[in-house]
Amino acid sequence: MAIKDLPDTEYVLAGSAACPGCPATIGLRIVLKALGKNTVMIVPACCTAVIESVYPNTSFDIPVMNIAFEAAAAGASGVEAGLRMQGKKDTTVFAWAGDGGTYDIGIQALSGAIERQTNFIYICYNNQIYSNTGIQRSGATPLGAWTTTTVGGKTEVRKEMGDIIRAHHLPYAAQACISYPEDLYNKVKKAKSIKGPKYIEILAPCPPGWHFPMEKTVDMGVLAIETGAWALYEFENEKMIFNGKSKLLLEKKIEPKPVEEWIKYQGRFRHLFKPTRDEKTLKAIQDNTDIIWERYRKCYL
Amino acid sequence: MRKRMQCKSNNHGKGGATMKNIIINTGNYSAAKAAVMAKPDVVAAYPITPQTTLVESIANYIASGEYKGEYICVESEHSAMSACIGASATGVRTFTATSSHGLLHMHEMLHWAALARLPVIMCNINRVIGPGWNIWADENDSISQRDTGWIQFYCSSNQEIFDTVIQAFKLGEHKDVALPVMINYNAFILSHTSMPAEIPSQKEIDDYLGKYQPLWRIDPENPVTFGNIIMPADYEKVRRAMQYAHENAKRLIPEIAQDWKKKFGRFNGNLIEKYRCEDAEVILLAMGAIAAESKVSIDNLRKEGYKIGLARVRTFRPFPAEEIVKLAKKTELIVIDRNISCGYEGALFTEVKSALYNKSDAKVSGFIAGLGGKDVTYNHIEDMCKKAIKGKLKETVWYGFEEVKK
Ligand SMILES: Cc1ncc(C[n+]2csc(CCOP(=O)(O)OP(=O)(O)O)c2C)c(N)n1
Ligand code: SF4
Repeated sequence: MAIKDLPDTEYVLAGSAACPGCPATIGLRIVLKALGKNTVMIVPACCTAVIESVYPNTSFDIPVMNIAFEAAAAGASGVEAGLRMQGKKDTTVFAWAGDGGTYDIGIQALSGAIERQTNFIYICYNNQIYSNTGIQRSGATPLGAWTTTTVGGKTEVRKEMGDIIRAHHLPYAAQACISYPEDLYNKVKKAKSIKGPKYIEILAPCPPGWHFPMEKTVDMGVLAIETGAWALYEFENEKMIFNGKSKLLLEKKIEPKPVEEWIKYQGRFRHLFKPTRDEKTLKAIQDNTDIIWERYRKCYL
Repeated sequence: MRKRMQCKSNNHGKGGATMKNIIINTGNYSAAKAAVMAKPDVVAAYPITPQTTLVESIANYIASGEYKGEYICVESEHSAMSACIGASATGVRTFTATSSHGLLHMHEMLHWAALARLPVIMCNINRVIGPGWNIWADENDSISQRDTGWIQFYCSSNQEIFDTVIQAFKLGEHKDVALPVMINYNAFILSHTSMPAEIPSQKEIDDYLGKYQPLWRIDPENPVTFGNIIMPADYEKVRRAMQYAHENAKRLIPEIAQDWKKKFGRFNGNLIEKYRCEDAEVILLAMGAIAAESKVSIDNLRKEGYKIGLARVRTFRPFPAEEIVKLAKKTELIVIDRNISCGYEGALFTEVKSALYNKSDAKVSGFIAGLGGKDVTYNHIEDMCKKAIKGKLKETVWYGFEEVKK
């Protein structure tokens, strides 16, 4: 399928409160095209709760229930049960949360909902920070990145949420990126067709959070894949399948670009280059990426 | 599972000549029975002592097929309330139960349920808050949730628990209320003590409750966004509407109970239950199990010649301020609190005095008693009443510590 073949219907309406170049709206547009009208979205505190616009207006053409920051998966469990008890079994229930609401404060509710085999899709749009509150670190923030709470650059590596999710042995999980809309669309479509808990995480490069020009959102996603800073894959029936360039990287059919090619465009890593190059941290960032891929190869090749 | 005793007795009360179904069982069992008879579509709960036997009963009802709802075994109380909110938002009936730390863990979502105007019905078994760990009766858990917007009942018998749970669905789901309702009762003294309770038939409960008609619901046919950003002027309207809903509840609580009485011959329903207050010169105010125990004290004090009555406060929110002002017309008041708002005094004591402000200069004495589950017997209550009547108590008195230096 090509981009031009995606359905024309738009459920993300024009005139939202998102920043120009916002990856969350790009991702959500594609997700909702795949899910269609008969869908309920649960949104915890995150940028999307702002993007939605101000009462009594809304930016979305599907029913949306806002819920507290840590409660997306639990709220979705309730919505799913409530609809099912009324016989509305064909409505898709999905949570749409940031990485803060997923990796950090919401991980307990998410783990519980997956373990209970809740029939829903949990989608995390991962912009690697708390954007809503003004760019603080999250468990998804990568090593070395500046945030307002990691002023000299983050000293810890990011959590491998994918590993945590797969440890639940759920029927379907996937990683995607807003720069690959067809891939994302297909993954959401597949998730919709499977019963039980599904988890999809979308890398969402955020211009104000990462400090790059707003027209570069898609490029930042492409570079993340080409450098191996992010991977596209699907986990189905306990099997991992890497997609697109990530598959070629896994099989060593192409060489990854150095991670520096991705981070050098992002102001959040500027301190690693100016006033002097921080070779130690730059090497640590590259080493960490290499370690992740070696692990992928050991486990999934 | 707890042994369940049932007996049939002849009906000597009003309401027809059919045989009555009386169970002799614990407060938790009575609550579980009421909950499943109200047929909530979704229950989401997390275990905590002393609530466990309540949710285990519900699980048993599901296993036996007697209850056909969905029980979401969530991983925490925060998620229990979140799941109830999600389910309620789709327009179905919901129920949960908790206690103490579980209630506190729900705090954020208690506000959420009330502001979303979702009639989630919940039993809270009043239990001590740690540290140190202690599972006995104490009302600081629910008192600390006073401002969440929930309607709060405090029960004094297993029959009252049963009746109040059913009536809570009717009240919370009423279009003029649309608020969550918390039914509180003391740990062990009620939760684990067997007492008789008369149980109407399923058909009678079905007829009494009717089908839930939600004010709003999540519906793909009507794509609305609930709970997005709201500007100050609109937010204030939301709060104001909640306040009116509580005012409406004040009117509806007795009405709903009157309707219950017509059907079932029992009246568990006023904001305040008055006991021997007619010619009283002194009225004792208390809640929960202490209030139940107080009836014995009132009888004994009456025998000794004291003109004393009891006003058992059943609803802490909405607060029965007008009724308390009426009570204080010709009487002095004594308040016993099984809670303490540290830095000030017992919560009921504060509320009673504030209700009287500018309307009555009745003398009011306040006692703190039974914290941490310490026993409060009818002897203790008589002692407190006598001390208050004799003395000029100005500040809160910690019962049992009068002689102890601060
Ligand atoms: C219990 C609680 N703690 C803190 C907050 C404040 N808060 C709102 S959104 C947010 C960060 C959200 O980050 P993320 O989930 O990554 O989404 P993003 O803003 O990046 O879209 C925080 C900390 C809150 N709403 N609730
Ligand atoms: S901060 Fe980032 S994720 Fe949030 S609205 Fe702006 S661009 Fe989108």
